[in-house]
Amino acid sequence: MNSAGLSLEQAPPFSVPLRFFLTAPWFLALAALLLLWQGPEVFASRWLPATLTLTHLLTVGFMAQVMLGALLQMLPVVVGVVVPRPRLTAALIHIPLTLGALALAAAFLNGNPIWFQGALGLLGLGFGAALIAVHLALWRAPVVSGTVIALRCALGALMVTVGLGLSLGGFFGWGFTLPVVVVTHLHTAWGLVGWTTLLVAGVAYQVVPMFQITPPYPSAFVRGFAPLMAVLLAAWSALAFGGWEMAARLTGAVLALGVALFAVTTLRLLTQRRRKIGDPTLAYWRTSMASLLTGALLWLLTPWSQTLARAPQVEWLLGILPIFGFAVAVINGMLYKIVPFLAWFHLQAQLLGRAKVPTMKQLLPDAAIRRQFWVYLAALLLLLAAAVHPPVFTYPAALALGGTGVWLGVNLMGVWWIYRRVLQDGLAVAPVTDNEVMRG
Amino acid sequence: MTTIAEFLANEHRGCDESFAAAEEAAQTDDPAHCRATFQRFRAAMEHHFQKEETMLFPAFEQVTGNAMGPTRVMRLEHQQMRETFAEMDGALANGDLEEFLGQAETLLILMQQHNIKEEQILYPMCDRLLGAAVDSVIQAMRDLPAGGPP
Repeated sequence: MNSAGLSLEQAPPFSVPLRFFLTAPWFLALAALLLLWQGPEVFASRWLPATLTLTHLLTVGFMAQVMLGALLQMLPVVVGVVVPRPRLTAALIHIPLTLGALALAAAFLNGNPIWFQGALGLLGLGFGAALIAVHLALWRAPVVSGTVIALRCALGALMVTVGLGLSLGGFFGWGFTLPVVVVTHLHTAWGLVGWTTLLVAGVAYQVVPMFQITPPYPSAFVRGFAPLMAVLLAAWSALAFGGWEMAARLTGAVLALGVALFAVTTLRLLTQRRRKIGDPTLAYWRTSMASLLTGALLWLLTPWSQTLARAPQVEWLLGILPIFGFAVAVINGMLYKIVPFLAWFHLQAQLLGRAKVPTMKQLLPDAAIRRQFWVYLAALLLLLAAAVHPPVFTYPAALALGGTGVWLGVNLMGVWWIYRRVLQDGLAVAPVTDNEVMRG
Repeated sequence: MTTIAEFLANEHRGCDESFAAAEEAAQTDDPAHCRATFQRFRAAMEHHFQKEETMLFPAFEQVTGNAMGPTRVMRLEHQQMRETFAEMDGALANGDLEEFLGQAETLLILMQQHNIKEEQILYPMCDRLLGAAVDSVIQAMRDLPAGGPP
């Protein structure tokens, strides 16, 4: 076995993941502005340009942004492989992804093919760079753990999602002929079930037992869940594309059950946590998994119930629950662990022996996290209410969405601000110690 | 047959338990109990570090011929955790449980990302690379007496 490529270094410079984490929250604020501007009409159909804009501000602007930034940070820890040229790689992903998300929003809103072409080029570049960098690392993993398996499946699903998304963009930008409705369904399923759920699962196998001090996920689940879901997703896609409706419906039901099983398993582990002190990010995990479970059950039941299948609100709930309820919550919660820890870690490494490094709780107080969570929860409930009754709840939902996004952004910027101040002060005053020479 | 991965991951879980106990005591504002549980936790961690640093890592380094690779990073992280233990000890000495809890939060992440690297990557590699020597390395770690200076 080759151990030469193995590196357990606490990898990339702080700026590599941080740029993604500091950019993402402002896409939540943009989504809120869009909702304020468009008003209750947005909820008339999921196919409206404004609705598609809203969805992609959340999925590309917020979710993909943080997920890819976090992967660059986590790969050395969970896989043991560093991403080469981290600063360049991060720039090649972050800049096109951010501009591409904005261009795509503009393209949906003005419908101009030129904008779609520009958005496609940028997103193709950003996602392409991310897929290549992360794939190279994942296939060089020295030990194939359950997490590595899940990450590989998630990355495969991202490739499919992006491929389908680019061809849909080609429909708008260059007039490609393709069955838009089916391809959109596939694009959504691969993005939410394949990429997002499997990535969160792969990460959860590690972070739930470790940081909440719970029993581990069952080992058969850890090794089997992601590959099984990926195979089912592929089968479901083929059946849906081929028009075998009943078979596709049954496969879809099994997929929904799989998603529900992951949510239930995680919720059960969280009830068995042995870390007795309160942890403000726990509420995020619970909300996330409860939303995932509710969404999965709704998805499971809808094809079999005429009432649900005919209700236009159901499509909306099936978007809000997995995107804002599940993904945004778990990402928001994890950012509160990752960003203060990395700030502490990099301060510690650079200032050792020169100045006292603030603790994670000093970098970001629990109270700030708790309060922002309540605004997040209000935004989730109001968005769900707005889907059911748009005239009353759309504007309050938009305000709460903007509130939670801006507050998250401010909390994270606050950590960065303290980091810079402590680093500057520390480097300015005290002499270099032996310890630092040893580390440097 | 026990593997290195099982044997040492089990020790991690034991340390997690005593970490949670110390943290809980700090939260309930019980300095004496917190001091006792923290000392127990710190001693268990130190004993575990010693087993790795004096038995496992040298065996790994001998087989791979590489003392500057993964084991060097693991030793550095042990050192970082020892420094955080000292900070926590200082906070307890000053009766500052708030500071203790802040350090504990940081330590938990530091400790767990270290454990993930060991359990996911390093231990399975040790099991494979050491082959027949696994049993004797585990026995040597079992026999290592507790205590001694860090």
